[in-house]
Amino acid sequence: MIKTDAIIVGAGPTGLFTVHQLGIIGLKCEVIDNLDRAGGQCIELYPDKPIYDIPAIPECTGEELTNGLLKQIKPFKAGFHLGQRVEEIKQEDNLWILKTNKGNLFSAPNIIIAGGVGSFEPRKLVLKEAEKFEGSQIFYSVTDKNLFKNKKISIFGGGDSALDWALELSKSNEITLIHRRIEFRGAAHTLSEIKKKEKEGKIIIKTPYNLKSIDGDKTMTGIEIEHENGKLEKIKSDYILSFFGLIMKLGPIADWGLNIDKKLIPVNTENFQTNKEGIFAVGDICVYPGKLKLILSGFHEAALAARACFKRAKPNETYRFEFTTASKNIHERLGLKK
Amino acid sequence: MSQDKMLVLFYLTLIFILVPKITYISHNGNKNTVEVPVGLTVMEGALQNNIEGIDADCGGSMACATCHVYVPENWFSKLEKMQDAEQDMLDMAYEPKKNSRLSCQIIISDQLDGLEVTTPIKQT
Repeated sequence: MIKTDAIIVGAGPTGLFTVHQLGIIGLKCEVIDNLDRAGGQCIELYPDKPIYDIPAIPECTGEELTNGLLKQIKPFKAGFHLGQRVEEIKQEDNLWILKTNKGNLFSAPNIIIAGGVGSFEPRKLVLKEAEKFEGSQIFYSVTDKNLFKNKKISIFGGGDSALDWALELSKSNEITLIHRRIEFRGAAHTLSEIKKKEKEGKIIIKTPYNLKSIDGDKTMTGIEIEHENGKLEKIKSDYILSFFGLIMKLGPIADWGLNIDKKLIPVNTENFQTNKEGIFAVGDICVYPGKLKLILSGFHEAALAARACFKRAKPNETYRFEFTTASKNIHERLGLKK
Repeated sequence: MSQDKMLVLFYLTLIFILVPKITYISHNGNKNTVEVPVGLTVMEGALQNNIEGIDADCGGSMACATCHVYVPENWFSKLEKMQDAEQDMLDMAYEPKKNSRLSCQIIISDQLDGLEVTTPIKQT
């Protein structure tokens, strides 16, 4: 069990800045995120898209913002627990006990939920019969490419993931690349490589087609795809790889006994506490009159929630407001030389 | 006041009074017609009127595909053309079709008064 002052759920920009705000007032924290890297939506949805409304930064990408925040919070040495999701929480006296899906336990007087719109999950195939093959013959990501050798693989999707895996796996497999429209979206180099492989007969491209049905009872033997004009075609397949991006699901947070309004968590604007004492919500996931889903709003919310955590983490100490420019305590916490 | 001026004033008043009506049809045929002011998006019109079937998880930044709608052909051609990014995002939508759009990218104008959109069975 890891004991700390606050646990931050979500490693997006708001979660990361929460580490900073806790750090400068002398509180320790641990960060948990379902994704395997920090950055949240900034990294998953728009790593290369410029953001223009971060104060004093005229323009930066989601990736640059994330890297900047990671650098800024480095002195505070927060523990990061990525690739896992908080499954359940319970209260023991004044402490919250959290358990992740990897079985890790945490205990702290404060939880700060900076969960964005929930955790990211791959968008699954629409067909009901896809379920029984998921994990055995149908995959939404590739964790072990050695699984695929001399196999017939149908790959769905028109973006980078679909194209990159089509190329990679075409080295030792028969690939059919299926997309709902004629255009693919990928790096120019990738697109020309795909064309080359198509000419060599290594990749068969089927557009504009959608998945119609899956053949096979216990084992999937093939699929049927439907052209935009209604024409059907059967394709033998040992595996389906489907790359339709990520969706966001609130996930287990919905079962923590918090008030939830349209997938958002209502908070007060004094310290961003939820209906449960010691549980705060900041960033896109919280809602209050006038709420704006801006990164800068998340930063403000983090600053206030962090101060509220102090009282619960150190009930016998008095919190004193200090500026980073002048405070020796803060300079020490930042690891600055005297 | 001259008659011309009166007429101009009359039309101006009309423009300000007439708020475009947008009809949201659920996948099982339930119709919901609401007024959505010019300048808002079809997505915002749905959220402000508590219309189910549009999630809009990303809040309109074209970063998810959970405000996906189908637009009947007679209206589809009247909408402003899609950006590539919207088309790419629609690839990620639940059951996209030829007449799919992201409702956060359809901005209401007077010309769209009477627009009908159908929401998919689900968004995620």
